[in-house]
Amino acid sequence: MSAPTLSTGKASAPPPGHHPRPTGPASAREEFVRALRRNVTAHGFLIGAVLCFSFFSWYPMVREFVLAFQKTENGETTWAGWSNLSYVFNDPAFWQAWRNTALFTVLALLLGFAVPFVVAVVLNEFRHAQGYLRLLVYLPVMLPPVASVLLFKYFYDPGYGLFNRILEFLHLPAQQWLQDPGTSMLSVVIASTWMNMGGATLIYLAALQGIPGELYEAAELDGAGLLRKIWHVTIPQTRLILSLLLLMQIIATMQVFTEPFLLTNGAGPEGSTTTVVYLIYQYAFNFNNYGGAAALGLLLLVVLAGFSAVYVRLSRSSED
Amino acid sequence: MASNTLVSRRGAGSGRRTRRRDADQARPRTLISPAQLGRPRGKLVYWIVFALVAAGFTLVFLGPLYWMVTGGLKTTQEVVQSPPTAFPSSIHTENYSQAWTVMDLAQLLLNTLYYAFGALAFQLVLDVAAAYSLSKLRPVLGKAILGMMLATLMIPATVLVVPQYLTVLDVPIFERNLLNSPWAIWLPSVTNAFNIFLLKRFFDSIPGELLDAAAIDGASPLRTLRSIVLPISRPILGVVSIFAIVGVWKDFLWPMLTLPDPGKQTLNVGIYSLSNGVPQNVLIAALTIASVPTLLIFLLFQRNIMSGLTAGGLKG
Repeated sequence: MSAPTLSTGKASAPPPGHHPRPTGPASAREEFVRALRRNVTAHGFLIGAVLCFSFFSWYPMVREFVLAFQKTENGETTWAGWSNLSYVFNDPAFWQAWRNTALFTVLALLLGFAVPFVVAVVLNEFRHAQGYLRLLVYLPVMLPPVASVLLFKYFYDPGYGLFNRILEFLHLPAQQWLQDPGTSMLSVVIASTWMNMGGATLIYLAALQGIPGELYEAAELDGAGLLRKIWHVTIPQTRLILSLLLLMQIIATMQVFTEPFLLTNGAGPEGSTTTVVYLIYQYAFNFNNYGGAAALGLLLLVVLAGFSAVYVRLSRSSED
Repeated sequence: MASNTLVSRRGAGSGRRTRRRDADQARPRTLISPAQLGRPRGKLVYWIVFALVAAGFTLVFLGPLYWMVTGGLKTTQEVVQSPPTAFPSSIHTENYSQAWTVMDLAQLLLNTLYYAFGALAFQLVLDVAAAYSLSKLRPVLGKAILGMMLATLMIPATVLVVPQYLTVLDVPIFERNLLNSPWAIWLPSVTNAFNIFLLKRFFDSIPGELLDAAAIDGASPLRTLRSIVLPISRPILGVVSIFAIVGVWKDFLWPMLTLPDPGKQTLNVGIYSLSNGVPQNVLIAALTIASVPTLLIFLLFQRNIMSGLTAGGLKG
């Protein structure tokens, strides 16, 4: 390790960084000046990030709360009290958006949570081509979302789309996919799962590789079969990661926007794919109702804060 | 070397390193016992399942990409033909050149590159400096600042889109409108608490004696960062860089809102807004072109990406 050589003149004159000078006791004044200088340097390193956070993260957070209770009409901003919230509550699209978001979350968990786990368990058993298969699963994550989404639009097309060809091949009835309110959300979830399952799969794989093999051996000595080994060893051993990812996915899927927006222009047939975040988008950027958008955002924040709190507690316990 | 031990600590290294370890010692025991696999029946079942999964995965994950690349070579009639053809009956490479010119892909690509590498530069300079300060210089109130940064991870990103957008329209104190300006992408990209957290954790693992030695030699904190911390941290810097670039490349909502000028849009937004006006085969060719850069990044740096994914701190 090549330590930097003693630089001449200016650099060596001030007391070096955070290292206490090895000589005798310094006067209180000297000590103070040194601490001050050290803090100025440290805050100098921090200032850029802190400014960015102030303008684009912390200030917008405060603004979100303020906006939710304000109303802007004809360029005049007034205090609105709870009227934004009650306005949002009385919008018929409100409950539909929450229902749709809940449906998306449940479907996405059934598919996007279970499928990667099963895939990871299977991949972990393979002694061949594991690298190749891992690469395949992660490939869609690297595509720009327009590419994956427009691809799926072609596959979903009721006329020439591949999915109906596959159903036809299996002698199953053709579907309208994105055009039918009954299947539109499922179609969005299938596309979304394909696009995003790579990340979860790789995290599960890493977790599975951390399970001590003796546990399986012990279970076999007790006469456990394949399913019992999964139930009594694999799942308990990965439970923490499973629950953390479950929470992360709930938080992420409840904020879904891009997939329904690109696949079904946001609303879908009969509003069947309108999600809460799309409603926020509509309020803010189609109706110019920032107050309503902020009030809706606040509600989403409250709902997700519960999940976040559980997540933080779980991840704390994982660090002990 | 030092850098090696610091990376492999996570044990998530894939590819060659794992394979070499396999050769040295027996493969770790998994769900199915080696004895069971050794039997003829076990072997047969293993190979059947393996073949099915390998073929299925190739079809499911590579199939759409194959359809996209070849779809860009077909005529419009052939793209919407039913049943679809596996190979283009005649090769039309001019779709690609047409997509390039009609959709102005060069401009869109250039824009996206500009935003991505700008965001990367801002994140590398400001986030690394902040993480270094919080980890090694430990200023007064440093803990509180770190706490406030991490708190932003708890706020759902989509909730902040509206107030962030209003901030971009009129930045307080500076009274600037950042709409259609690259700053609207670059500056918010710095507020990535996860990056700072990753970097700080890595810096925490660098022994303090190393930095003390540099300080005794008279190195300033900046010099120490440049000559000692950064060279050791190359792996984590690689991970952060890739995520920074891919993040911009994949983002949709934010660039759509803040870059309404068609000449300044990103690939995602530009292709989306033009998607209804061009022939299907040309559009598919454009999608292929738009996918190439991130896929290339992935194929070149897949080992770093894979290890970075699990370095997020789910489990030590």
